[in-house]
Amino acid sequence: MITLKTPFTEENIRTLKQGDMVEITGTLFTGRDAVHKYLHDGGQLPEGLSLKGAIIYHCGPVVVEENGKWVVKAAGPTTSSREEPYQAEIIEKFGLRGVIGKGGMGDKTLQACSQHGAVYFHAIGGAAQVLAECIKEVKNVYFKDEFGSPEAIWELRVENFPVVVTMDSHGNSLHKDVLAQSQAALAKYL
Amino acid sequence: MKALTDSLLELVRRTSCEIPEDVQNVMLKALDREAKLSNAEYAMKIIQKNVEMAKAKSQPICQDTGSILFFVKAPRWLFEGDFIAVAQEVVRTATKKGYLRQNSVDSLTGKNDGTNVGPGSPTIYFHQWDKDEVDVRLALKGGGCENVGAQYSLPDGRIKADRDLAGCRKAILDAVVQAQGKGCGPGILGVCIGGDRSTGYSYSKTQFLRKMDDTNPVPELAALEEEITSTANKLGIGPMGFGGHTTLLGTKICAINRLPASYFVSVSYMCWAFRRHGCTVGQDGNIKDWLY
Repeated sequence: MITLKTPFTEENIRTLKQGDMVEITGTLFTGRDAVHKYLHDGGQLPEGLSLKGAIIYHCGPVVVEENGKWVVKAAGPTTSSREEPYQAEIIEKFGLRGVIGKGGMGDKTLQACSQHGAVYFHAIGGAAQVLAECIKEVKNVYFKDEFGSPEAIWELRVENFPVVVTMDSHGNSLHKDVLAQSQAALAKYL
Repeated sequence: MKALTDSLLELVRRTSCEIPEDVQNVMLKALDREAKLSNAEYAMKIIQKNVEMAKAKSQPICQDTGSILFFVKAPRWLFEGDFIAVAQEVVRTATKKGYLRQNSVDSLTGKNDGTNVGPGSPTIYFHQWDKDEVDVRLALKGGGCENVGAQYSLPDGRIKADRDLAGCRKAILDAVVQAQGKGCGPGILGVCIGGDRSTGYSYSKTQFLRKMDDTNPVPELAALEEEITSTANKLGIGPMGFGGHTTLLGTKICAINRLPASYFVSVSYMCWAFRRHGCTVGQDGNIKDWLY
């Protein structure tokens, strides 16, 4: 098990390899469909927010207000492939070092990871309770009025958030490998 | 109707927060099978922990609380319209209580009114039977796994599948490879051979009401179920598509009549967060027995 603290540098991202099990401590920023399209199409981040060296988490959390504080009730990953048209440019433009989601992403993102020094971390789909438990604090929320709660950028402080590196910064993708292997295996059994 | 309302609300809570025992048993076996310290074992351990936490906290196993599917067998004394009214009220309440996410969107306007009640939601399959109690079962099926479902029209040249059981096998295994880990595997397949495009998918989902450890009464289908699960687990897709030994937890197949011109194989994929429960309810509206 590798433990990593945010923000990341290119150096520590380049040491990660496909298949590494990682626990992340530090800050995550959620972002899904609306945020990706907005940032891709020239939208600017709110004043004071920087994503340099940061991680975007593909997640629409269930957040409730309790005693004047935001509390995250469920926070599993959503399917990442929907952000494939936007992700590469956002990695480059905003200096992201990582993306967390589920299901993996395509060649364009894999190439951006190689070129700019970023990785794709796979969280466990459906594990809403385990992942919510790792979120210790909601530090801020941006674009909540514009995009609605699930689509907002939630700034979350996490401890030991468990993920697997499925796409690294050296051109390797576990998703491509497993697809090729399973297709070859199936051909044998047909 | 107050007692029936309370009974159905408990059914929704239990379904959203607790994995049924028969599913839990096969998941624990899957965890045992994975190699120590592998990505697959890591995924299965987190899944197990999540199952335990959701039950202990009485909170949804997965934040996508899914399509709400009621399967009802009703005695003469239960009028369908009355049941639908109660079910809709229960869904509204369960959403307010957080057992269900605000999860139903108007397909034209994109609006989500936050109630989970609208055209097509909840979906209620209502049939009558001659017993004196209500048999009501509920499945919550998330969008990730619904998206990887597939329907084949045989013969299919791409996968060289003819109109026979061997062709059905090719279609079902093709669906497994296409799905990879995207449906939040290890998954459970519900399959219907035959029917039309709508009954095919509907019947495929009724297979999720069967217990994991039951045996199909039709010997050919029982054999096919076994064979599909065993072959799928040799493909190396594994939990979450990380690679590993468990790609499927089980396969359930039914066959219904078809038109001479049609031969559909409809495959529904259920994620590991297999949320399904059921109970019998008496005329007083109280729960008599839990079914899983």
